[in-house]
Amino acid sequence: MQKSLHIDPGKCTGCLQCEMACSYEHTGTINPSKSRIKVFDFEHEGRKVPYTCTQCSDAWCMQSCPVDAIVLDAATGAKVVLEATCVGCKVCTIACPFGTVNYMADVGKVQKCDLCGGDPECAKACPTGAITYIDAEWTGLDRMRAWAAKANTAAAAA
Amino acid sequence: MSWNRKVLRVNLSAGTCTPEPLNMKWADEYLGSRGLGTKYLCEETDPTVDPLSPENKMIMATGPLTGTMASTGGRYTVITKGPLTNAIACSNSGGFFGAELKFAGWDMIIFEGKSPKPVYLYVENDKAELRDAAHLWGKTTWQTEETIKADLQDPLVRVSSIGRSGENLVLFSCIVNDLHRAAGRSGVGAVMGSKNLKAVALRGTKGVSGVKDFPAFLAATQAAKKVLKDNAVTGQGLPTYGTQVLMNVINEIGALPTRNHRDVQFEEAGKISAEAMHEKRPTDGKAHLVTNAACFGCTIACGRISQLDKGHFTVVNKPEYWGASGGLEYESAWSLGASNGVGDLEALQYANMICNEDGFDPITFGATISAVMELYEMGVLTKEQIGIEAPFGSAAALAYMAEITARGEGFGKEIGLGSKRLCAKYGHPELSMSVKGLEFPAYDSRGIQGIGLNYATSNRGACHVRGYTVASEVLGIPVKTDPLATEGKPALVKAFQDATTIFDSAGVCLFTSFAWSVADVQPQLQAACEGDWSMDKLTLVGERIWNMERQYNLAAGFTAKDDNLPPRLTTEAAKTGPDKGMVSGLAKMLPEYYEVRGWTPEGVPTAETMARLGL
Repeated sequence: MQKSLHIDPGKCTGCLQCEMACSYEHTGTINPSKSRIKVFDFEHEGRKVPYTCTQCSDAWCMQSCPVDAIVLDAATGAKVVLEATCVGCKVCTIACPFGTVNYMADVGKVQKCDLCGGDPECAKACPTGAITYIDAEWTGLDRMRAWAAKANTAAAAA
Repeated sequence: MSWNRKVLRVNLSAGTCTPEPLNMKWADEYLGSRGLGTKYLCEETDPTVDPLSPENKMIMATGPLTGTMASTGGRYTVITKGPLTNAIACSNSGGFFGAELKFAGWDMIIFEGKSPKPVYLYVENDKAELRDAAHLWGKTTWQTEETIKADLQDPLVRVSSIGRSGENLVLFSCIVNDLHRAAGRSGVGAVMGSKNLKAVALRGTKGVSGVKDFPAFLAATQAAKKVLKDNAVTGQGLPTYGTQVLMNVINEIGALPTRNHRDVQFEEAGKISAEAMHEKRPTDGKAHLVTNAACFGCTIACGRISQLDKGHFTVVNKPEYWGASGGLEYESAWSLGASNGVGDLEALQYANMICNEDGFDPITFGATISAVMELYEMGVLTKEQIGIEAPFGSAAALAYMAEITARGEGFGKEIGLGSKRLCAKYGHPELSMSVKGLEFPAYDSRGIQGIGLNYATSNRGACHVRGYTVASEVLGIPVKTDPLATEGKPALVKAFQDATTIFDSAGVCLFTSFAWSVADVQPQLQAACEGDWSMDKLTLVGERIWNMERQYNLAAGFTAKDDNLPPRLTTEAAKTGPDKGMVSGLAKMLPEYYEVRGWTPEGVPTAETMARLGL
């Protein structure tokens, strides 16, 4: 089964455990500034929203790369940056409509979510279930279930 | 080791920022944050120093677990001599600022001297510089953070700052970080203001790399997180209700100080409780509470984010207060509410927002207002002096006094002195509900006997988070003790006080201790830090830190006479509740407390105790 990251912002408390886990997996240090998932705090609305790459099927970043440094990982569906090939031209950062590919000045390459090879650390680290890794074809399942629960019940009939 | 081994020394008089190595010997003896920062302060300053003079220093210190995935590992401590108490002041804060200091490659910042003009410190990794803050002076903490982010064109910078109250040397000013997290008590913001230091802005991209044994550390932090998740208080109670879960509980046992401790139960407690925050308002159909929120790394997420009723009298035509914001926590709901007899939840949140915005401690502020209201009802203070009629229960008076304290106008200057100085000035020192000049938090010593002993002996004045025996006496954590009994409490208080120093010094939040004991922190420290961090060592270090703070206070001029409670608590019996007819049994407990601490009957650590603790 192909899986995808699924984010429910309503469950996010803004603790940044996901950013720590992501950065540790990819850099060996606890360093949210290197995280490929970012939590945004809309403080005046009381909302926290984790955001990362959705792994587009026909990915702008992959299409735009002039040196084919972004490739499909067939096992996970992730679009993965080949660091050895990347020349740091940043065209992908312009092409991505969502801003989820970013340049790392210290290494001169870009980085993006690679789904950790199929076992995303952010989802494992999230204490509230705001980030989960679920069946890519049924990301709407929980929401469907929630609406289904309201349908045709005694309460609804009354 | 999860240390950067690097201290930033900022000489504000000279305008210099100099790196130096962290004293690793002291880190081994005093763990970090509260303990290590206090060691530096003790070594570098004279305990008799005037807290608001350039000779006092102010230290911002992280712990070894700050900036790691240890749950709640985001805390930092401000250590200095406090202007409200003239005692050791040590105030810690959550949010995201502490972790950012670690990520920038530093463990600690030591501020010394006094800048000739307003400045702020900007740190971007190794680069540290003082910048002009003339355009920030006079701004609130919220405006300051917004302005610095705009100036730097960097929305990711983390800011700690003082508001107008810190500039005006209000003696209970806070240092506020991340909009509504604060090093809140004992006036550390006034020390910052006295140094003409408006803010500290941090940006760190280096991360924490020096954890001794990463695989062991990840296993230890995972196991500890599971303990928090599986515990009813940290796993369910705190995320759902916040610390406010306590309002009805403490009221029922007759330990909710009401109307300046005249009463121990508040008839309107339900209206200002956690449950009330969840209820939909009849006025606009919305609940006061918007959501819960976490500080850095916290898997509990007890923080409250609330939104005021736009039609409430305090905020009509003030859209700047209509957005979601931090609060109410139990302490502020009590200090602004029950302590003043005010049962208007919206008014409490408005006053709480002013406290955050302009950076002053809602506990001391609320308790000072309580004294003002009592003096008003006695006829000692008048409407003309205060600027408004101020009987107990007046939400309008509460809101008004918050505003004038923030602006430093008129009677607000007197409120800014805190209750001890204000009550003394008007001839009624006995009405200040404080120890060593620091006002009580939200638990009455008549209904919870052990906490009274903790208040009397806490090194920073009356403070619940120095030895939270409420956990045992009310909640049964780790074992239930009778809140009305004095027997056994000296040893209980000592155990809580010493254990608390470990949580504070490690860089984690004390609220984890609803579920964790020191034994849950120990494996995380052992995996993170070089050297021996066994339970035996931690037990010794905890007691060592407590006694070091005691020594500082003794050298500053405090004596056993200051380990006291106001006469109201030892002579005026509780009028209602399970503790009806009772007073605090402090006199019965204090001599035994000195004994179990290994102190003389005069409250001085004996030579044997000092030697045993390596002091």
